Amino acid sequence: MSVATRARVVGALGRRSLRQAFRRPMFFAPVFVFPSLFLAVNTGGAGAAVDLPGFPAVHGFLDFQLAGAIVQSAMLSAVSAGTSLALDIETGFMDRLMAAPISRLSVVLGRLSANVVLGFMVGVWFLGLGLIFGAHIEGGVAAVALVILLSGLTAGAFGWIGAALALRAGRVSVVQGMFPLVFVILFLSSAYFPQALLEQPAKAVANVNPMSYIADGLREPVIANITGAVTLECLAGIAIVALVGMLWSASAMRRRLRAA
Amino acid sequence: MECFGDAQKAEGGIVEAHASTRPMGVAAPMPARAQLATIWALMRRAVNEVVRVPGAAIPGVLAPTIFMIGLTAVFGNLTDLRGFTTDTFISFIMPVSLLQGAGFTGAATGVNLARDIELGWFDRLLVSPPPRYVLLAGTVLSASMRSLMPMAMILVVGFALGAHFPGVFGLALAIVIAASFAAVVACYASGIALKFRSQSAGILMQSATFIAVLFTPAYAPQALLTGWLYWVAKYNPMTQVLEAVRQGFVGDVTWHNTWPGLLCLAGLAVLMAMFALRQMQRTGS
Repeated sequence: MSVATRARVVGALGRRSLRQAFRRPMFFAPVFVFPSLFLAVNTGGAGAAVDLPGFPAVHGFLDFQLAGAIVQSAMLSAVSAGTSLALDIETGFMDRLMAAPISRLSVVLGRLSANVVLGFMVGVWFLGLGLIFGAHIEGGVAAVALVILLSGLTAGAFGWIGAALALRAGRVSVVQGMFPLVFVILFLSSAYFPQALLEQPAKAVANVNPMSYIADGLREPVIANITGAVTLECLAGIAIVALVGMLWSASAMRRRLRAA
Repeated sequence: MECFGDAQKAEGGIVEAHASTRPMGVAAPMPARAQLATIWALMRRAVNEVVRVPGAAIPGVLAPTIFMIGLTAVFGNLTDLRGFTTDTFISFIMPVSLLQGAGFTGAATGVNLARDIELGWFDRLLVSPPPRYVLLAGTVLSASMRSLMPMAMILVVGFALGAHFPGVFGLALAIVIAASFAAVVACYASGIALKFRSQSAGILMQSATFIAVLFTPAYAPQALLTGWLYWVAKYNPMTQVLEAVRQGFVGDVTWHNTWPGLLCLAGLAVLMAMFALRQMQRTGS
């Protein structure tokens, strides 16, 4: 199969996944509605935290929280994508794709490409929301572009994990059951609060959690400026998540095909 | 009507039992005892779902507990701010988690009702002899009963992690108010389910619960809230309900802090019950 044909397959499946994401509230609500509500509650409820000793200098707590909302949304987009893939498996659509003369990688890449696009949208949505409600983006236009890019890559990386879960379990209920786990990972990172001010043992775990590096990389351009080292750490965090997801997906796909 | 004395038979035998004792064309009123048995049967059915598919209930039980532990780990240092009313954040956030767990159980009741409507099971209930308010009561009260599961988990974990014990009366008050809140949310969610007749409407049930519980002094005392949330929380009736649940965890239980919460909860209950009953009466008409 030529590269152009593969690209067409990926594009077609990606468009299908995006349409699916916006047609059903069960898919788009976790990505846009709940993280927006959570952002609103965190900002208004814990906004006085900027007065705590040790809190980094920020224009406002909303500026600090934007990165948390973006990573939350990116992770939940992976759960939604996994749910959608599991639905395809349950309804037999996946079996028909497997029987079609297209590469298996294209099937997974199609869904992941939709997740990356969704990640870009998430970046645009939360930066827009932040600007409307008074956030300052210290890094300027370049920071906006970088945050949107990193947001897309984060959603794509976590998309591999969602795909792996769906391929391994093959059931919607199991993938949806992972929803609380997303928050465990987020709470054990610096996504919502400075690492230095977290309570133990969250503080110790956050230090080794790749999510902390991803969140810091998304936050730095907003509250300060683009920093090479922080951005590279963020990309390394995204790469680790993507690598784990890819290996797990490949193993789950092999297992599924053997069982078929 | 004797068969309604046995609650276990009511779920499967409502139509047959009543129809066989009723003359053609005459709508005999259902005795109160049979109505209570029907409500109990519907409540038992909801609990049976948990027993038969425990995996489906786990996220609903785990999520509020994870939020409580996670928010304590993240925002625990907020107690260092001047004006914070307790020295342990988990004591402050535990009542929020109780209401959150109860609220989401109520919302899940609405989603389950929407599923029953989609599958046609609810239509069979509608043509059975019990009045519609009895069907609604059974559905709604099952939420109160099921809400005890997340609450038990939250309380065990919270106390193990050092939350203040509010005293027996304070704890009982918190549980009763939270369980009643589950029924209030179930009324709202059932009304939405009856109006839209689709599980897709679950988003309306869950987001309204989220807003009701968290657009309050959930993370910090009223005086420390910032921006628009200060004003929303000030006029949100759920703030009074939350303060009534929270009082024992952060201080003493007093009538002064209890009656506004009970009044607001009663007001919400009347409004939501009217909404649900209206949707119930419109169904199929």
